Amino acid sequence: MSAERVLRVLVAEDGAADRLLLAQIVRRQGHEVFTAQDGEQAVALFAEWRPQLVLLDALMPVMDGFEAARRIKTLAGETLVPIIFLTSLNEHDALVRCLEAGGDDFMAKPYSAVILGAKIRAMDRLRRLHATVLEQRDQIARHHHHLLNEQRVAKAVFDKVAHSGCLRASNIRYLQSPYALFNGDLLLAAYAPSGDMHVLLGDFTGHGLPAAVGTMPLAEVFYGMTAKGHGVAETLREMNAKLKHILPVDMFCCALMLNLSYQRGTVEVWNGGMPDGYRLSASGEVLSTLESRHLPLGILSPERFDDSTEVFALALGERLLLLSDGVVDTCDDQERLFGVQRLRQVLAANRDPARLLQELMQALERFGGRPRDDISLCDVCMVEPQWQAPMPMPDAEGARSSPLHWSSHFELRGESLKRFNPVPYLVQLLQEIHGLRPSGGLLHTVLSELYANALEHGVLGLDSRLKRDAQGFADYYRERGQRLARQDDGFVRIDLDVEPMAGGGRLKIEVRDSGAGFDVARVLSGQRQGQAFSGRGLSLVRSLSQGAEWLEGGRCARVVFCW
Amino acid sequence: MAVESDFSQDEKKLTITVKGRFDFGRHQEFRNAYERQPIRPNSVVVDLKDATYLDSSALGMLLLLRDHEGGEDACISVINTSPDVRKILAISNFEKLFDIS
Repeated sequence: MSAERVLRVLVAEDGAADRLLLAQIVRRQGHEVFTAQDGEQAVALFAEWRPQLVLLDALMPVMDGFEAARRIKTLAGETLVPIIFLTSLNEHDALVRCLEAGGDDFMAKPYSAVILGAKIRAMDRLRRLHATVLEQRDQIARHHHHLLNEQRVAKAVFDKVAHSGCLRASNIRYLQSPYALFNGDLLLAAYAPSGDMHVLLGDFTGHGLPAAVGTMPLAEVFYGMTAKGHGVAETLREMNAKLKHILPVDMFCCALMLNLSYQRGTVEVWNGGMPDGYRLSASGEVLSTLESRHLPLGILSPERFDDSTEVFALALGERLLLLSDGVVDTCDDQERLFGVQRLRQVLAANRDPARLLQELMQALERFGGRPRDDISLCDVCMVEPQWQAPMPMPDAEGARSSPLHWSSHFELRGESLKRFNPVPYLVQLLQEIHGLRPSGGLLHTVLSELYANALEHGVLGLDSRLKRDAQGFADYYRERGQRLARQDDGFVRIDLDVEPMAGGGRLKIEVRDSGAGFDVARVLSGQRQGQAFSGRGLSLVRSLSQGAEWLEGGRCARVVFCW
Repeated sequence: MAVESDFSQDEKKLTITVKGRFDFGRHQEFRNAYERQPIRPNSVVVDLKDATYLDSSALGMLLLLRDHEGGEDACISVINTSPDVRKILAISNFEKLFDIS
């Protein structure tokens, strides 16, 4: 360690001989010396020259060393200016007073050059250590300030992206810790063209910026594909492929994605790595849990990714509660977890659904003291479909080219039926017709219904009466998955025919399937008796189009739109 | 050492033992445990008998190990998991990638 650096040293001593002797010793050690003969002069010299070390006689005229020490320490502020008291006092009380007045050390007369030199070096080490600590403290404070500012800007940008969806819809309630984003949490919601709602609660591994960067591409895929009418499975496949491609091996995103169909009164769920979600009755009882059945997004290659979903009936007023792991993993001061039991107690105690999320937050605060910053809660309620204002599709360009006289035939066979959903592409194609653009959502719903009917009841031969209750509903969708995997020679054919008419045009849609058909008259009469879950599709299609009929023994559905 | 590695006598099986908290603090040690081996094992066993806690970065580290050992072809088992640890692995459905017991 270098003891050679030159210090400015103030020597305050009222005895002239001692003052000279001290000054000489210190100067010989290579330092610059200022001398004062009383406390007042010492304080004045300090203010002027800012010496880095002070040797101070305790007993001096005008102002004694104790008072001078206090004033010098005040003037020095945060900087450490070591003060060594020079004293012939040797009672304990006096020495203690020296240190209490702000002295850092003391030295007894007579002075030894060797000891004084060693003390100055020791004090200099202390002084420099203190300076380093202050500098680093300021640096940390600057960096922290910088980081907070970056996070604030990034969050503002992200909030614009996240809130471009429909989180503000009246049937959604949510609560997120202010900086949940920087713990990798994201909550997205958007309407599909059909009026269905997609909701995604995700949680990236890690903290800080690395956890937050992945949220942007995920949100982009979510909004892009939902707006175009792609289903949950396709959207998840795309998100998984994208994350697998861009994220390092050890990063992934746990996610729970929902499609709420207000028309059908159903919810489709995929959960990969998120804590159980809850399906709640209108009065708040837990009806079932939405369990994690998959690996999180971004781990499996696209070929191995499992996009299978579960479908549940969700009656009006029933709700879904989604939560991030920050909720159940909140710890108390003894490292005990909040856990599922306590969560369920809060659910059971809840009386007013509107207050559930607040009650959960309060319970977490009571339990863990300080709320964690990775808590996300979302409560979505099943409501009546809002059909007054179907969503227009995004208008890509003007109406310059609007093809009005054409037809198109489209047939999906075998393997293609298992994975591919043609509806978004067909709707996209129909959007080329300017007069149909305002009805994009409507077309999406009708085509989705017709395609689902042709595939499920036609090709797969599933009986919609299975769906008469919640259990049958689950059975139906399980059976659907199994039959779809087995089938390999079915087909669904879709014919679109567009004709110009006075002031507008006409679109004829025909959907044929390879199935056995059905007893049209009987099913349609059954519709009027209003069966709970089954066959909603047909009445919906009839109510949305200008003409709907079933031909060829139920193997062909024909729907007409005019504009 | 919170992370220890040990080869079986026939040098075919590498056992990595993690003690205490298995979280981001173990990152470098855990990587060293399989990256700095002179021979490539046929299979890897991660022994969590004395692991008290496991977080999502530990799941990430298991994925790194799996990637290092050949991804889809990797033969990795995670043994002696406590009920708490098993619950965390189960939520993420890691039993689809690792042999967990």
